[in-house]
Amino acid sequence: MEKQTYSNPIIRWIDDRLPVFSFMDHEYNQFPMPKNLNYWWNFGALASICLVVLIVTGIVLAMHYTAESTMAFDSVERIMRDVNYGWLIRYIHANGASMFFIVVYIHIFRGLYYGSYKNPRELLWILGVVILLLMMGTAFMGYVLPWGQMSFWGAKVITNLFSAIPIIGEPIVEWLWGGFTVGNPTLNRFYSLHYLLPFVLIGVVGMHVAALHVTGSNNPDGIEMKGPQDSVPFNPYFTAKDSVGMGVFLIVWAGFVFYAPDYLGHPDNYIEANSLVTPPHIVPEWYFLPFYAILRSITFDIWFIEAKLIGVVLMFASILVLFVLPWLDTSKVRSCRYRPTYRWFFWLLVADCIVLGVVGAKSPDDPVLGFEMFKYVHLGMLGTAYYFFHFLILLPLLGKIETPKPLPDSISRSVTGGGGGAAIGATSAKGEKA
Amino acid sequence: MRKTILAILVLGLSLPVAGVAAAASGGAELKKIEWSWQGAFGQYDRAELQRGLQVYKEVCAACHGLRLIAFRNLMDLGYTENQVKGFAKQYEVQNKEPNDEGEMFNRPGLPADRFVSPFPNEQAARAANGGAYPPDLSLIVKARAGGADYLYSLMVGYADAPAGVKPPAENLQYNLHFPGNWIAMPPPLSEGAVEYADGTKATADQMARDLTAFLAWAAMPELEQRKQMGLAVMMFLVVFTGLLIATKKKVWEKVDKA
Repeated sequence: MEKQTYSNPIIRWIDDRLPVFSFMDHEYNQFPMPKNLNYWWNFGALASICLVVLIVTGIVLAMHYTAESTMAFDSVERIMRDVNYGWLIRYIHANGASMFFIVVYIHIFRGLYYGSYKNPRELLWILGVVILLLMMGTAFMGYVLPWGQMSFWGAKVITNLFSAIPIIGEPIVEWLWGGFTVGNPTLNRFYSLHYLLPFVLIGVVGMHVAALHVTGSNNPDGIEMKGPQDSVPFNPYFTAKDSVGMGVFLIVWAGFVFYAPDYLGHPDNYIEANSLVTPPHIVPEWYFLPFYAILRSITFDIWFIEAKLIGVVLMFASILVLFVLPWLDTSKVRSCRYRPTYRWFFWLLVADCIVLGVVGAKSPDDPVLGFEMFKYVHLGMLGTAYYFFHFLILLPLLGKIETPKPLPDSISRSVTGGGGGAAIGATSAKGEKA
Repeated sequence: MRKTILAILVLGLSLPVAGVAAAASGGAELKKIEWSWQGAFGQYDRAELQRGLQVYKEVCAACHGLRLIAFRNLMDLGYTENQVKGFAKQYEVQNKEPNDEGEMFNRPGLPADRFVSPFPNEQAARAANGGAYPPDLSLIVKARAGGADYLYSLMVGYADAPAGVKPPAENLQYNLHFPGNWIAMPPPLSEGAVEYADGTKATADQMARDLTAFLAWAAMPELEQRKQMGLAVMMFLVVFTGLLIATKKKVWEKVDKA
């Protein structure tokens, strides 16, 4: 890092002892970004906005919420009715979880499309998968807190998954519950962890961003920056571009909060939890539906292994496979722009995930489009098989047989179609500072 | 490509709800009403809410509670403070604290009290209703797939069972919209069941509409404030985003031209 000198003596005094100003200047002001990034690169910044808003609203909700199984439901209704703007804070928080997931899913698919997980960004990608796992845990436990019917039965179904583990399964489930069923101890520990995990998330997001600032951003061409002519400084170029994405994103979020606040929720969660009444259909929040479909798609034992256990293993494997993705994809070319065959399979994977989401929302025994022979559970099996086929078979093979299109010499050449272009701002920005 | 992506997003968002709506009906299609509070600018109709309160109090309250609503909330319906005090006084409420002798005692209701449920607990409610449990109505509009339309359809959805279809138990009524079609609640709204204070003719359909409106308010008392604030927030965000787009264009001018 180049040494900064600041004319303001107070800033200089602080920066000499703790270089926060130099750090921000280096990482968010001058930091070189590929100049060809499109709007799909907004979603990382949007995700961090979600995390901050969720933490702030969550802290306020925690001031009014009561984590006790006979009072939790009513305390949420008290927030909705009697706390000043409590409905606003809760609806921002509840819809914020959905917004966080949609943003992160788009962020992940962007990484898949442009090969952002490849050398040298493997660890950056892996940290991202850790973030996804932490988000899922946090969201699941947060959904339990209002203590409605879906909260209770969702918690019961998901924690019960661990009972599929041979021999130690049952004791593990009872240990998770803190009793012999989902109850007050379960609610209390979920509340505690729901408050803790977002701060763990901040730590991992910090590492994710730190790793990003080592390698720099990938870009739509999937080739590295070769010099100042390929980059622009983060500020003002990407502060401006990320702000546009933020504005549009906030309109979408506000649209849900003010005009359809319960659209993404389930009506059953406005019925207080009752351990004696099982809802006819237990469905998780929309962002878990594809995983729920994978879980339910195994209906047959394999040798001595129970179907339930295989389903659980596959559900976790569907995320864990992402950890090794950088080594499963054998193609040296990152971006789909130059991988004509993989591009089709990418969209097929997107479609597969949506199909799995549909299957997760439906009852397994319902016929697909009226075909009595072909039920949603069968569609789920196909979808699950294709999901793993994509990662475990297709990606390793495709890198060997696909003929990629020729890569451009440099980012600026691909952007301008001509010569090197001038270095914009990258070196002059420092001189303009106070 | 962009259209594909948009279509995927829209599809993805509509799935969970589609699944839910299909899961919880009694088979017949819900009657869709144009409620006054729907749409971006929708507001409650105060007269309708007041009539709905009357239907709740004179018909439903015999079996169904409304435990999350406080009497003071009724000022939202357009009543004055004195009217609310008078309304609350009609209820007998057990004081939260004992008296000086340490005994619990009942007193007339105050605006700060909540509606008193007709039964002390679920078991008592079931015992008095042939085993069926009349649910609390505070959140019923939000707690049922189809919301207000479902509730209205249920109220007016009593019909003769199709030929040959027998009730699975005694004292069940056939309803087109109740899941499974057999409901323990007898048809609650018969013509003239209440005499409206404002002179409106109390047809079953009118009462079902008024009651649904009142219970929509009970479930979503924040709705009017929410939509008003939403309008201001949206106008701000649209202008703000417009400025951000203009700023971005200006900042990127040199790069985009290069």
